[in-house]
Amino acid sequence: MNTAYLKPGLPAPAASDLDRPYWDGLREGRLLVQRCRRCDRYQWGPEWICHRCQNFDLAYVEVEPRGRLYSHQRVWHPVHPALGAQGPYVIVLVELPHADDIRLVGNLLGDPMQDLRIGAEVEGVFEHHADHAPPFTLLQWRYVKADGSA
Amino acid sequence: MTQRTLRGRVAVVGVGETTYYKRGQSPDAEFKLALEAIVNACADAGIHPREIDGFASFSNDRNDPSQLAAALGCRDLRFSNMQWGGGGGGGSAAIGNAAAAIATGQAECVVVFRALAQGQFGRFGQGAQTPTVSGNLAHTVPYGLLSPAHMFVMKYRRFAHEHGVRQEALRAIAMASYAHAQANERAVMYGRPLDEQTYDESRWIVEPWHLYDCCQENDGAAAMILVSAERARDFPHLPCYLLAAVGGSQYRAGAPVHNTPDYATSSFRTVAPRLYEMARLGPADIDVVQSYENFTGGVLMSIVEHGLCKAEECNDFFVLDNLLAPDGQLPLNTSGGNLAECYMHGLGLNLEAVRQIRRTSTAQVPRAEVSMVISGPMVTPVSSCIFGSEATL
Repeated sequence: MNTAYLKPGLPAPAASDLDRPYWDGLREGRLLVQRCRRCDRYQWGPEWICHRCQNFDLAYVEVEPRGRLYSHQRVWHPVHPALGAQGPYVIVLVELPHADDIRLVGNLLGDPMQDLRIGAEVEGVFEHHADHAPPFTLLQWRYVKADGSA
Repeated sequence: MTQRTLRGRVAVVGVGETTYYKRGQSPDAEFKLALEAIVNACADAGIHPREIDGFASFSNDRNDPSQLAAALGCRDLRFSNMQWGGGGGGGSAAIGNAAAAIATGQAECVVVFRALAQGQFGRFGQGAQTPTVSGNLAHTVPYGLLSPAHMFVMKYRRFAHEHGVRQEALRAIAMASYAHAQANERAVMYGRPLDEQTYDESRWIVEPWHLYDCCQENDGAAAMILVSAERARDFPHLPCYLLAAVGGSQYRAGAPVHNTPDYATSSFRTVAPRLYEMARLGPADIDVVQSYENFTGGVLMSIVEHGLCKAEECNDFFVLDNLLAPDGQLPLNTSGGNLAECYMHGLGLNLEAVRQIRRTSTAQVPRAEVSMVISGPMVTPVSSCIFGSEATL
């Protein structure tokens, strides 16, 4: 069963030496992002050096996949053959206040025509592409309901 | 010590372009288009192409200066320069680079050019077609974030959210370009006016950008000839002086995966103050503006960041009458711009800015003495420049 948000056929992520712990973490259902071992600050996307203190010694640290919707877009025009029959889809930029406001790009799960609310609380959903060779996992997002449940 | 400025040191003495085509419709190879635009710019300046001794371009233009110089019979190639990165953000920076070469004695006669045949090479508007992506793209492409529109629209969405900007502001920007193109026979959209209903009913590319909020894809080339200011009066046209050209972007504009701290910006917040400082002018002195429309939202933010409109006043400022030559408060994109004249990666905007100073625009602003170009909003690095008449020196 294909439960992915987008139809198959888009380029798949291939880990590099720089971001392999991130992709490995997603496969295990954990969000790991960079944190400097000297100044203890988070940063994202992946970089070779701490952009604050220029220390090369960076760790990948687990953070809770929860945040708030910083910006969004509802895409209509398909620019890739895989999206020809997709219809509209939503991309979100999510800010993680508990990790120095780093931002992550993902899709907002649910009806693509749902209301898009900057500032709303969202939580991560691990979207496993186990049948892909090699397998990979994407981190998607959905609104957290007012009572805190998903 | 000589003052470190480009102000008044260099003049534009020739401009030229090819016929502008829709993507894929050029009968000529891209390299030939580049040659034609340069030859036309030389003819406009009244010089032979062999007098060119420098070439400057941007965005990894494919047409190599050594080959161009060989084809054009240039006697002595002294300067060949490429502005790094930034796509159309490099347009005014390339002019600044050319001017710097002339001002410092590295070259005498430099052509700034851009040739682009999107029908013969890749389209900017198409996503990656590879089985896998790695590096920064791995963190965006699998989510369907593929094209320039996708890369930039979340900046505008955040800006519009913070400042309450309505869709009608973007519509006015698109309609100004189309309105001006109706007087310009060079324009691809000449004879194809745009009205409010057509805009409103056009399909979304990505909300809040309709089809008409997005630039065209074209084939063609554009070029301009620069010499030292001392020689400017020796050429056929009214002299047009470069008063300032600057490039750059704010702190960590290039942070990966949409993590630049100052996100909701066209990248001009630190650039525009340097522009005005070099020109020794302020926003109130600007008579006419050409502002690069990759997307109308970028135009809006870049006008704000150049101090020409307050962020909170966009809905009142961006109305069609305000943006039209000859009488609008800020005539904008008077050739039709990237939306309706031609997307020559923005260099056509620089040519139009020169025409305003020469009094030869098809949408001429009366008494235009100071003419600004804003290149490639939302990318990094961006650039902008100001041209002025002799009276501004």
